[in-house]
Amino acid sequence: MAYPSRVAQVRLKNLTKQFDGVTAVEDINLDIADREFMVLLGPSGCGKSTLLRMIAGLEDPTEGEVWIGDLMVNDTLPKQRDVAMVFQSYALYPHKTVQENIEFPLKVRNVPKPERAAAALEAASSLGLAEYVGRKPGALSGGQRQRVALARAIVRNPAVFCMDEPLSNLDAKLRGETRAELIALHQRLNSTFVYVTHDQVEAMTMGTRIAVMSRGHLEQVGTPQDVYDKPASVFVAQFVGMPPMNILPPGSLEPGPHVVGVRPEHLHFRGDGPLTMMVQLVEKLGHETLITGVIGDKRVVVRQDSEESLPAVGDRVQLDAPEATRHRFDAITERRIDA
Amino acid sequence: MKRKWRDSGLAALMLGPSAVILVLFVIYPLIKAMWLGQQRCGVTSCTNSGLRQYVDAFRSNEFQDSLIVTAKYALITVPIGLVLGVGLAVLADKYMRGVGLFRTIFSSTVATSVAVASVMWFFLLNPSVGVLAEWIGGRAKTPGLLQSPGLALWAVSASSIWANLGFTFIVVTAGLQGVPKDLYESAFVDGAGGFRRFTNVTLPMISPTLLFASVVLTTRAFQSFGEIDLLTAGGPKGETTTLTYLAYGSGLPTSNDDGLRATVSVLLFFVLLILALVQFRGLEKRVHYGN
Repeated sequence: MAYPSRVAQVRLKNLTKQFDGVTAVEDINLDIADREFMVLLGPSGCGKSTLLRMIAGLEDPTEGEVWIGDLMVNDTLPKQRDVAMVFQSYALYPHKTVQENIEFPLKVRNVPKPERAAAALEAASSLGLAEYVGRKPGALSGGQRQRVALARAIVRNPAVFCMDEPLSNLDAKLRGETRAELIALHQRLNSTFVYVTHDQVEAMTMGTRIAVMSRGHLEQVGTPQDVYDKPASVFVAQFVGMPPMNILPPGSLEPGPHVVGVRPEHLHFRGDGPLTMMVQLVEKLGHETLITGVIGDKRVVVRQDSEESLPAVGDRVQLDAPEATRHRFDAITERRIDA
Repeated sequence: MKRKWRDSGLAALMLGPSAVILVLFVIYPLIKAMWLGQQRCGVTSCTNSGLRQYVDAFRSNEFQDSLIVTAKYALITVPIGLVLGVGLAVLADKYMRGVGLFRTIFSSTVATSVAVASVMWFFLLNPSVGVLAEWIGGRAKTPGLLQSPGLALWAVSASSIWANLGFTFIVVTAGLQGVPKDLYESAFVDGAGGFRRFTNVTLPMISPTLLFASVVLTTRAFQSFGEIDLLTAGGPKGETTTLTYLAYGSGLPTSNDDGLRATVSVLLFFVLLILALVQFRGLEKRVHYGN
């Protein structure tokens, strides 16, 4: 099997996808570097899975081009793209054993049986599945199934891994553990990962870069720290970070026609602060406390590390945010206006 | 204790109607048929021959010949019916314009009675006016496929396959709709072509449906009567005399003996029971159920 190239840079040029006249993805331009861990982040229905499926070859673009390495692959079948995909549902064949599931991509490529058995066992062992190879997926836990899906993806050593929310069916604890395993896997395999998620924690902890999407458009592409520190729009500011960034109306914190965003950890109680908040809720989480209230009709959250001098529900408190921590956005376009 | 009695009474009351129907229409006729199967009956009276009658009937040439004809009939109709039903269901399992019309057409035979289907095929295969007979030509002209030795069973089978196609199509279509799309996509990304996806995803995933359809089609084949009676009346020379026709048909040694008819029916019941067991035991290992 001749693969296009082992250089697995993925380039999307003016990519658009429409379903029956409804635009799912519009005019996306994105360069994913070779061996990068790119996370496509966004809410449900933003087009991130559609974008991933176009890279994998499961959807044909309506317009635009998909490049893998130095080849345009719009008309190339998935098997010739050197891409592996891990699905949210894992998509394991329930009638095949773990060994047979992992071997399957090699079997369809007519790899001789002894070779593919050895490769499957190696992939299974690398993910701690060696003792389960004779079982069927129905006899495995969610985490084990997820690892079988990963083993099936890595067994043929693809240049690009496409992962569509692979952790979303796991419980919180397992998700945390598997996140770390995926990061280690990326470093070990030295391949390009394109990873779709709506979970900002996954995006922040795993991605070399994050591409934040909304309504079929790219809102921002950058490192996790860049996206957090300098969100390109009100959408990104509120989607990345928990609790989300507070958006204050023009003129409330500083003069000017723009809206101002302040992260909850950057709002401080100060007797002569320009903002007056009516406290509605105080949540003590152990390591921090969240104080929720309203300024005018805007809901605002303040995060405080210490439990000292906490306001009570019903109190009116004055707030301020240091100049350097303020984010300014155009009131109409909602795009960032400061550097 | 009092409450337990009250609950039991209520349970008996609720189960009563079903139990009465079961006893009246299933258990009583079965016992009656087993009793009647031990009798030799003339026009006015019956004499008891005992269980020996079952052994004698089973060993008789008429029963053995009919069993072979029935087995041949099932071996023709079941595999061909299944292959055609699966083929059509796979073709119609696409999201494309107008596919609903094809689904309606393919499943329409399920609403056609055996009598209507048989009359239709009778005319299609009629050597004088039949369109199919005209297309097939030559040998079919005289005496016609339905009376032609060696071909009559195939002709009746064609009618039966057509009549059962709607059932197979509907059942397999339902089975196909339960196959997760992700499995096909995963196989597609892994490099599996259409045939490999069919053999590695479709067939294993619909195996419970196929087992069910094959058991039902086999049972139907062994119970076929209407098409045989209307198309060939068991002929030519007993080539289409199936077990059911031997039990219910006219112009046969069993025709005037209700006892012998019952004997054949009870033997058919046990043949079907054994067949169903063999099918389940033999195929179940290859059938995948659930997650």
